[in-house]
Amino acid sequence: MTGYLLRRVGQAVVVVIGLMALTFLLIHLEPGSVARSVLGLKATADRIAIFNATYGLNQPLYKQFWAYVDQVAHGNLGVSYYLQQPVSSLFAQRLPRDLLLLGSSTVLALLISLPMGMYQAVKRGGFADITLSTVSFTLYCMPAFWLAVMLVAVFAVETHVFLPEAPAGSSIGSALAQPRALVLPVLTLTLIQVAGFSRYMRASAIDTLAQEFLRVVRAKGLPERLVLSRHVLRNSLLPVVTVVGLSLPGLVTGAIVVEEVFNYQGMGLLFYDAATHHDFPTLLGSTLIVGVATVVGNLLADIAYGILDPRVRYAGR
Amino acid sequence: MPAVELGPGAPGPPAGRPDADRPGPRWTGRLAFAAFTRSWQAQAGLAVVVILVLFCFLSPLFYRTNQVTVQLNLKDLPPGGSHPLGTDDTGYDVLGRLMVAGQSSLELGFAVAIATTVFGTAYGAIAGIAGGIVDAVMMRIVDTLLAIPWLVLLLILVNYLTPNLWTIILLLSILSWLGVARLVRGEVISLRTRDFVLAARTMGSTSARIVFRHLIPNALGVIVVSATFSIADAILALSTLSFLGLGLPPPHADWGTMLTNGLNDLFNGYWWLVYPPAVILIVTIIAFSLIGDALRDSLDVRLRRH
Repeated sequence: MTGYLLRRVGQAVVVVIGLMALTFLLIHLEPGSVARSVLGLKATADRIAIFNATYGLNQPLYKQFWAYVDQVAHGNLGVSYYLQQPVSSLFAQRLPRDLLLLGSSTVLALLISLPMGMYQAVKRGGFADITLSTVSFTLYCMPAFWLAVMLVAVFAVETHVFLPEAPAGSSIGSALAQPRALVLPVLTLTLIQVAGFSRYMRASAIDTLAQEFLRVVRAKGLPERLVLSRHVLRNSLLPVVTVVGLSLPGLVTGAIVVEEVFNYQGMGLLFYDAATHHDFPTLLGSTLIVGVATVVGNLLADIAYGILDPRVRYAGR
Repeated sequence: MPAVELGPGAPGPPAGRPDADRPGPRWTGRLAFAAFTRSWQAQAGLAVVVILVLFCFLSPLFYRTNQVTVQLNLKDLPPGGSHPLGTDDTGYDVLGRLMVAGQSSLELGFAVAIATTVFGTAYGAIAGIAGGIVDAVMMRIVDTLLAIPWLVLLLILVNYLTPNLWTIILLLSILSWLGVARLVRGEVISLRTRDFVLAARTMGSTSARIVFRHLIPNALGVIVVSATFSIADAILALSTLSFLGLGLPPPHADWGTMLTNGLNDLFNGYWWLVYPPAVILIVTIIAFSLIGDALRDSLDVRLRRH
């Protein structure tokens, strides 16, 4: 287990370094574009030169990269060209809002999809299974923005049950103060995730239910309820853990769309605005944060896997 | 959303075909094909795809509409008369527009699937057969790209290219070959130690021959399944791009753009600008996903998507 973990951590570190190099290269692909996009197309050559000197953009690329790594290592992500605020303070504001949005929708999605997938697997082929499968398959094939707009149309415009816009403001407090406005964004992300997780949980539970060891478990007289909760559920969770760990990039993509639809001031909207305004420090910073979060998520999933499955622990992969 | 597999690299329950160690007819391509054509998912999915292709590419020859000049006197007409699905806010016939838009959506889906499958297969096969440090470097590159959400990468890349059908195909391909590469690498690694590969090697086959004659044909199931899913993923991704205003520019049309424009008028009661593109878009994605599911089941391929 220790060797396996060390190897995985080593891989994760390599990937994070790769992430920094990649995002840096991507954003500096086009020389001079930063000054142009900030100062406008009519900027004179002198002003561009001054701008480049101020932000160190006239240095060779490797020096700029080193300066960037050095700054990141000191927790400094630069100043947003567009919003004229330190990127780290923007993140400090926005990240908790995303933890709220993404965290609550993921927890809800798991609470719904795990029992749902189990139930479908046990009652496989029945009316409920087919109905639920059809619904989750359709949700799965739906563009996220369409789902969000339809929820607004039904629950906010037609029936006025919930609000069509997410909580205003850009602090975590303002989001918590208006729970009714949070319902639709959270619901959209929950439904998207339920569609994916429940399909996986169902397939995994069906695999487990077909395994031989359940015969022994039943033969020793364990009630069916315990067979399901203690043996089937635990074994079926294994592949799902990896799926959840890997689902973060997809979730972030969903968050960009959902935040755009509901005008929720989170990392997704911040990133979208940064991309459309060529705000490179914000782009670099948020790509890095999301990438690191994904790598850490995968690592945690692997560790959870090791805890859940003793075979991984002892195999010393 | 590139497909990501649960290959031999990741822990998971053993794959094992249900009849692997049973005597009798062995698993063959023909049996898989029979199983595929018998499943209702395959039948429904294929039927819908055939109808869609005919609808988009053939029916404009019979149902001729003006999709070029703006006619504001025909703006936002409700369905009826000479416009079975009404007209949009520039006076284009919606039914005719669905056909034209479908051409770019389908072309893009197929093109992305072909590009990613060819490149991803080559990349994965090279990494798998090379092994060692080459494999490690190649797969860390894939891991790095997979750690960045596709939309994030796309929003950065879009800055460097003028959006048109070809650059968008290129962009979506750059983002979606990763899953195929991981899958093929996994298959190649598990196949390359098999006896038949050893036999081929002792008979003097070159590595290239082993890859192209033995490993890739054996990994074909995985490749075909992920190619099918990547069509659905590409069409879905294009619609998201269109929604964010980064889709195909105006002379082109695609279902996502139609839907996005229509959504502006949803609450004005212009339902015919919203539901037809939404339905055809979702039905298309469902159809390709059903075919992918059926293929996966019949070829007994273990893989997953996001």
